[in-house]
Amino acid sequence: MSDMINISEVLETNNMVAHEKLDVRTITMGISLLDCADSDLNQMNAKIYNKITTYARDLVATGDAIGREFGVPIVNKRISVTPIALVGGNACKNSADFVEVAKTLDKAAKEVGVNFIGGYSALVSKGMTPADERLIRSIPQAMACTDRVCSSVNVGSTKTGLNMDAVRLMGEIAVKTAEATKENDSLGCAKLVVFCNAPDDNPFMAGAFHGVTEADAIINVGVSGPGVVKTALEKVRGENFEVLCETIKKTAFKITRVGQLVAQEASKRLGVPFGIIDLSLAPTPAVGDSVAEILEEIGLERSGAPGTTAALAMLNDQVKKGGIMASSYVGGLSGAFIPVSEDQGMIDAVSEGALTIEKLEAMTCVCSVGLDMIAIPGDTKPTTIAGIIADEAAIGMINQKTTAVRLIPVIGKTVGDTAEFGGLLGYAPIIPVNRFSCDAFVSRPGRIPAPVHSFKN
Amino acid sequence: MSKIIITIVGKDRVGIVARTCNYLAENQMNILDITQTILQDYFNMMMIVDISRAEKSFDDMAKELADVGNEIGVAIRCQREEIFTSMHRI
Repeated sequence: MSDMINISEVLETNNMVAHEKLDVRTITMGISLLDCADSDLNQMNAKIYNKITTYARDLVATGDAIGREFGVPIVNKRISVTPIALVGGNACKNSADFVEVAKTLDKAAKEVGVNFIGGYSALVSKGMTPADERLIRSIPQAMACTDRVCSSVNVGSTKTGLNMDAVRLMGEIAVKTAEATKENDSLGCAKLVVFCNAPDDNPFMAGAFHGVTEADAIINVGVSGPGVVKTALEKVRGENFEVLCETIKKTAFKITRVGQLVAQEASKRLGVPFGIIDLSLAPTPAVGDSVAEILEEIGLERSGAPGTTAALAMLNDQVKKGGIMASSYVGGLSGAFIPVSEDQGMIDAVSEGALTIEKLEAMTCVCSVGLDMIAIPGDTKPTTIAGIIADEAAIGMINQKTTAVRLIPVIGKTVGDTAEFGGLLGYAPIIPVNRFSCDAFVSRPGRIPAPVHSFKN
Repeated sequence: MSKIIITIVGKDRVGIVARTCNYLAENQMNILDITQTILQDYFNMMMIVDISRAEKSFDDMAKELADVGNEIGVAIRCQREEIFTSMHRI
């Protein structure tokens, strides 16, 4: 009986939930749609709808029940599917046909009650098929006429280099998506991610899709807990780096174990195999649920101050070291997220001029995942956005890590204005973008070759 | 064995333990351990309870225990034990 749980442990756990915003950020069910491919669009849409609503019928109720029984909120229940460009290649003769698939996904998501469904995607790191290009060109309309569908495009990898034709196209698509959703501060772009080295098993939106290397269905879980880490660090102010790192590791372990438990339980109850835990520190706009506040607690006046990249690198590494022991299957993005609009501390840092897009780019070299939820002036040129995408993708390609870009060119707004996305997506001050041109660079057709993997400097 | 952790938090008064234990006994739930402490004038109690012989669903049990708590002015909450063992035991 000596190993029984004691009252201080119970109070510690419950305090994390009640006061430090500990939660499980998402249970994401990955569903393969490869067997739904058909030459007839209506047939294919019917198969897609049936497969999703059958597999995920009990996802939301099961997630809520697990949350009640363990006393830990499970904030989001979501679905990721096979990249639709692969599934719809035969049936979708044009971009309008692909939009019909997006509507089917949206309808299925609403039927089962999940708040997002990801996988309106194309994987074009080396080249685009006609179907890939049709899907990509349909993204603005698809994002405008659906509520819950998320889209992602993988434009490069360490093994293939960067597909600059796709990078250039995504600069144009970002602006068109912004225009198609300008009534809502260009919200469509908040549901669109451009990746390099996209993982097959990421449970977090907007970039989740169910990779072709995955089983028919899988449960992936994303944990969270910036507030828990921040509170733990308040108790070690002024201590040395060893104490600092130990504290982060122990906290990350505890957070990840909660995710592991929830993932196993969800897998058992839903009869769907467990895939991975994504041990990311994922902030929300709520005060006390911020990665930026952790950086401040570590010793920075504001995120973006000198030392930010080093502090973030240390934080990210300790989160991984603590989390990896808590679960045998870690995957997805796994690191600290630094979205601007979804993190009150980041919003404040941008508003006060402490944090620029260039510093954010540097920070993405040492953490997951990229330039995320950053509002930029609505008159930013497509080629400039393509240049930013190319820079971020190059960081991922050279450093063998996932990087992503989710920029929102807010139509009709400029520096000094604020974009409002609502809910978990938050709000963001418009950040200035370098005004010098990269037109001639991004207009070059072709690919940037894969990098050499030796001579590391 | 299926175990839950019951936590009770509130102003100390006569009958908190008695009322809770009555409910558990009536529903075939066996108490394995009880700890209590007073934190900042608040009564904090934790019970480890074996519910393998109980017939009620978790949600019914949680609701009825919360109702018992409301009657006597304390917050009673139950959670499955695994959340704590996962977090605090390697």
